[in-house]
Amino acid sequence: MSRLANAFPADRAALVTFITAGDGDTAANLDALVASGADVIELGMPFTDPMADGPAIQAANLRALGAGTRTADVLAIASGFRARHPNVPLVLMGYANTMTRPTPEAFAAKAAEAGADGVIIVDIPPEEAPEVAPFTANGIDVIRLATPTTNAGRLPAVLEGASGFLYYVSVAGITGLQQAAQGSIEDAVARLKAATDIPVAVGFGVRTPEQAEAIARVADGVVVGSAIVELVGKHGKDAPEAIRAYIHSLKTAVEAARKEVA
Amino acid sequence: MTDPATLPNSLRNLPDEHGHFGQFGGRFVAETLMPLILDLEREYRAAKADPAFKAEFDDLLEHYVGRPSPLYFAERLTEYYGGAKIYFKREELNHTGAHKINNCIGQILLARRMGKTRIIAETGAGQHGVATATVAARFGLPCVIFMGAKDVERQKPNVFRMKLLGAEVHPVTSGAETLKDAMNEALRDWVANVHDTFYIIGTAAGPHPYPELVRDFQSVIGIEARAQIQKAEGRLPDLLIAAVGGGSNAIGLFHPFLDDKDVAMIGVEAAGHGIETGQHAASLKGGSPGILHGNRTYLLQDEDGQITEAHSISAGLDYPGIGPEHSWLHESGRVDYLPITDQQALDAFQLCCKLEGIIPALESSHALAALETKAREMGPDKIIVVNVSGRGDKDIFTVAEALGVAL
Repeated sequence: MSRLANAFPADRAALVTFITAGDGDTAANLDALVASGADVIELGMPFTDPMADGPAIQAANLRALGAGTRTADVLAIASGFRARHPNVPLVLMGYANTMTRPTPEAFAAKAAEAGADGVIIVDIPPEEAPEVAPFTANGIDVIRLATPTTNAGRLPAVLEGASGFLYYVSVAGITGLQQAAQGSIEDAVARLKAATDIPVAVGFGVRTPEQAEAIARVADGVVVGSAIVELVGKHGKDAPEAIRAYIHSLKTAVEAARKEVA
Repeated sequence: MTDPATLPNSLRNLPDEHGHFGQFGGRFVAETLMPLILDLEREYRAAKADPAFKAEFDDLLEHYVGRPSPLYFAERLTEYYGGAKIYFKREELNHTGAHKINNCIGQILLARRMGKTRIIAETGAGQHGVATATVAARFGLPCVIFMGAKDVERQKPNVFRMKLLGAEVHPVTSGAETLKDAMNEALRDWVANVHDTFYIIGTAAGPHPYPELVRDFQSVIGIEARAQIQKAEGRLPDLLIAAVGGGSNAIGLFHPFLDDKDVAMIGVEAAGHGIETGQHAASLKGGSPGILHGNRTYLLQDEDGQITEAHSISAGLDYPGIGPEHSWLHESGRVDYLPITDQQALDAFQLCCKLEGIIPALESSHALAALETKAREMGPDKIIVVNVSGRGDKDIFTVAEALGVAL
């Protein structure tokens, strides 16, 4: 079984956490995420033009790039993480232009070598699937996104070639701003789970332990990003401590939820 | 006109069904937008096949925009260079002063057809913003224009024009606060308001079907020019010249001539302070293929794929990408792309003012600057058509500053 497949046990939801590579002491922040209970790491690749992201992650991208972060640095952060945490799944998340350089084949090979288990490439929809074939060929899961606008007619195309987990973007919008109504999340997760056997994780706008607990009752994973990235921006070198406290509160909530048996 | 679809070797039947022009184009957008992009494509196909849509578009172009725009023999400029006969396609005479309005009319008709009730657009210098605000006012739809905060500061007259026309101008403070950031912010708004909002993209770029539909709406330029030059000279021109930022005025002029082997074409890119300085906006001559704003095309970027800032004295050319069809026409060799610097454009601007009594936009001045070598090296039996895509009233402050004149 791959690391990602093991990360979503049947009886409880996984806590999936996002930070931007090169923003602050990324290695220390990643270690804090794992120590306080993160089950899956999404490592954001900074990009000059993050058009699907809200203000928090935009600012993190600018901080990371301003600090001189290059793709080689992101891959080094991933390799270091893999050496320290051999069993924790790591997903690289970002935009097509940096994640297909110099070619999709070359980047996929390097990502595999660095120990990445999956990729989320925000601006490569199923219609451009040939772009991501090299990742699959390198044993990397291509994680697809489903959204409130993904209608029933389109869902099979989204699921075709999806692996690792399905990321349900619970609001039509950008990262970190609004949160979806719990009822709409429950309906969507039920619809998605009826259509696929891969785990369904829910993200966008998830901030509080209460929200995380409610989502954990129905979904296989809860994704938290902007709220963590804000802690990194606010606390700088003291971020690991703030991250540990925050993730611990989320993890406690997610574990308390257990999953309702479908 | 011959239907290009019936000619197997036509250069005019792209994009393919996936929105690709060779390796360029495509639909590189977030999943949230994908269903809407597919809807737009379906709706555009239906509109294209609907004679009522075309009739309304043509009627608005004639009576609201003021088409056809004249094809004008630039006698004194021709005499000055002493070479080929020079004609201007006078897009600067359109309502709102540029070619941008052609596309905006087409897109707002599509928006209405799709039942969308809110319009958004990005703008750099403000020309596309003004054209969008104009059609939004004409059709009574609320309109939000995203504009980099730096551009809001630099282009106050256009900001005020947009406000007079009833648009809300949203200054974008993310990133470098210029056109590409305005486009990012428009995409962010769109993704959050897909249910009621139509995004009027200003150039022949973005996810499929935008490059195709913008080109089709702008092709009125080339279709008219073709008929007008036939009438004036009894034959097709030897060379077409147009400036290329995203490339909508150029593709509008070029596309109807692509299958005419004897018509050469030059797209003029903004070389800013010179390509060798790194401060330019020449995506083809100084960039490499990548993926941004929904399409694969030539971009200004570093080796990691981080987008670099463009520079041009002309705000309308100050974008680090180019429409995907131009990338394809460049690689296929059908169109030559020529870099022209800020200084060359400024010289051509002044020459056109003095010799022809026409104040051209700085964008169009880049196209005019290509005449310096091209008109001279071609004989008097040759014919050149230059697209004067916009008027330069908006640029007088920039030009005055560049010439060291205090207004």
